[in-house]
Amino acid sequence: MATTVDGKTADFPTDRGPLNYLNCDRGILSWAFTLDHKRIGLMYLISIMASLGLGGLFAMLIRVELAHSGQQIVDENTYNQLFTLHGAIMVFLFILPGIPAALGNFVLPIMLGAKDVAFPRLNLASYHLWVIGALFFLLALVTGGLDTGWTLYVPYAFQTDTRVLTAGVGAFILGFSSIFTGINFVATIHTLRPPGMTWFKMPLFLWALYATAIIQVLATPVLGITLLLLAAELVLGIGIFDPTKGGDPILFQHFFWFYSHPAVYIMILPAMGIMSEVIPTFSRKHIFGYRFIAYSSVAIALLGFLVWGHHMFVSSQSSLASTIFSLLTFSVSIPSAIKVFNWLATMYKGSIALDTPMLYALSFILLFGIGGLTGLFLATLSTDVQLHDTYFVVAHFHYTMVGGTLIAFMAGLHYWWPKITGRMYNEFWGRLCSIGVFAGFNLTFFPQFVMGSRGMPRRYHDFPEKFEIFHFLSSIGAFLMGLAMLGVLIYLLYSLFKGRRAPANPWGSATLEWQCSSPPPKENFAETPSVSDPYDYDHIKYDPEKNCYYRVN
Amino acid sequence: MSAAPDHDENHPHDLAHHFDTHRQQFDAGKLGMWIFLVTEILLFSGLFCAYVIYRANHPEIFIYAHQFLDKNLGALNTAVLIFSSLTMAWAVRAAQLEQKRALVRLLSITLACGFVFLGVKAVEYHHKWHDGLLWASQYNPKHHDSAEHNEAGHGAESDGEGLHGEEPKNVGLFFSIYFMMTGLHAVHVIAGMGAIAWVLNRARKGHFNRRYFGPVDFVGLYWHLVDLIWIYLFPLLYLIH
Ligand SMILES: [Cu+2]
Repeated sequence: MATTVDGKTADFPTDRGPLNYLNCDRGILSWAFTLDHKRIGLMYLISIMASLGLGGLFAMLIRVELAHSGQQIVDENTYNQLFTLHGAIMVFLFILPGIPAALGNFVLPIMLGAKDVAFPRLNLASYHLWVIGALFFLLALVTGGLDTGWTLYVPYAFQTDTRVLTAGVGAFILGFSSIFTGINFVATIHTLRPPGMTWFKMPLFLWALYATAIIQVLATPVLGITLLLLAAELVLGIGIFDPTKGGDPILFQHFFWFYSHPAVYIMILPAMGIMSEVIPTFSRKHIFGYRFIAYSSVAIALLGFLVWGHHMFVSSQSSLASTIFSLLTFSVSIPSAIKVFNWLATMYKGSIALDTPMLYALSFILLFGIGGLTGLFLATLSTDVQLHDTYFVVAHFHYTMVGGTLIAFMAGLHYWWPKITGRMYNEFWGRLCSIGVFAGFNLTFFPQFVMGSRGMPRRYHDFPEKFEIFHFLSSIGAFLMGLAMLGVLIYLLYSLFKGRRAPANPWGSATLEWQCSSPPPKENFAETPSVSDPYDYDHIKYDPEKNCYYRVN
Repeated sequence: MSAAPDHDENHPHDLAHHFDTHRQQFDAGKLGMWIFLVTEILLFSGLFCAYVIYRANHPEIFIYAHQFLDKNLGALNTAVLIFSSLTMAWAVRAAQLEQKRALVRLLSITLACGFVFLGVKAVEYHHKWHDGLLWASQYNPKHHDSAEHNEAGHGAESDGEGLHGEEPKNVGLFFSIYFMMTGLHAVHVIAGMGAIAWVLNRARKGHFNRRYFGPVDFVGLYWHLVDLIWIYLFPLLYLIH
């Protein structure tokens, strides 16, 4: 049978069976109510990419408005809505669910050699909740927008006429979607590992997803209760966050950041997991420092819960608390740096192939490095007083969230695209666009570091003349990056129809998902595959005739 | 399925296709349930946190306002929930031992306890509503006028215990916290009752056996958590000194 791993020749299946997960059942309902993790992952992938497009559109509008001083296309109030919706959509609908729910859902069970996640129905419920939450966001968008910033800070959130309640309900529902994914992943990794795959023989992407799931489970409920209290304030007037009724608006900030700081690790940890798969594969070299990378994921997940106060250095926090939060924030950079050093050591003397996923991975190391190091300026109390609420902060978190997560998502998308769709994209265009994304991104955000350190505040509709050149460069960069992303969309869609059929293992990876055909059959594996070192490339050889890799013993 | 038809024949119908053994299925479900319970605790933790902060900053509000809560009804509800936890735990054992009739009866008693709890809670809420003892923006106590008329201490005649102390500012915040905590808890009681009704229905149809009793066990865990949260809410809100 084409779908099984033949134990005798230990070859990768090169010919597809007639049926795979894409064509085994037909009709819209077979998708909308599927319990197959691959279909759910693919639906997530399409949905979050649509969200990325919408959030990106808002970003482009912002950059058009800010290309010159004075008013270009929108007035101040509309501008407030633009940056709020850009942030809210990107954070809640794209970055948070992006890698775990879309790519993770697809890959996790196959990497384990399992047939599905532990709770397929819960997985489907998670996707349905995502859709409902997204609909609430769209409802807020069309019925009056949102202008509070994505942080929904009180007491302004009580005073604005825009749709805080609708968006809050949407974020609440999205939170449950995220919790369900987290529960599912933890239970799956604990109970469905195949015989022989101990914790320290798991691919590092699974460690990253595991650490991410822990944060999703432990942090998101706090967002839930925060939004519930916010909604109760708007509907009933309970006063817990409202100073006019004796409540405490700072408490909202504590609750919000208790979730939202760990949430940035929900965004970045799975991205780091992708790096740990892509870099060894395209360096043809065993990952360096496996245990350090694995433990550092868990360390980041745990330390991430103790640093939320760094968002509140100027919010009347005591200087003792600020000092402690500052120190703890510095300490998070240690496990992050450990990962970077291990990736660099993995590449050292490797045989590096600059394919598209690897180009994105290299971009990630550089951009995330800049994002991480500039975070230290913001974690330092005295410099933060100068830099907070300036474009320096904007540039910093875009270097981590876009330069980190989005770039890693692109790496993962290109890496697993042949597995998901069964088609190869055009490598030339892939490389070209990845360079375009890299160049456009830096042109957009590097000038923002400069103008931020010179005092340009964030979230302003207009600016003095001395910032003109930086804003102009930034806008040019944004358009370039937008163009490159559009290029990616076009060649990926083109590959669906005209792309070369993908072999089971186009990159020569050693993890289990490359042992089933591309695209995988419905049940992934007819029998549980045999487990070996996920980073051992010595036994995987290239077959130039068939243009694919095979395993030798 | 077409992939491996021979496999399906010796795959029990109450074992999901992606699990190899009942043990594995049960362990996955139990772990998932425990994680879910952790998320529930964290959901409530925000409210407990708000409680601690406001109580530490404004103890006078809590000392004054808790007198309006009915300790007897609160104690009754505590007893009802603890009893229902006993019957729930017993039901899990009955499921494991395949005692179908006992299982159905015990689940029915547990469900009935849930209704009693909600009924008592409704009576309490009704009193609060009637007396205007509501959350901050709606806080408008009825006793207020008479207390101001008779400052010499006859003010709280209607209330058996008698009230002491001047009313501090922002008493409504106590009732905001009271209604949020007990309200969210009541939502969880209702959800738990829905889950119990679901396993009760399955128990009547004889779905459970010594290898497959996970749902009863997991619903039981959830019900114990709902009980446990109330055991914390009762002293924190009703028994303040
Ligand atoms: Cu932070």
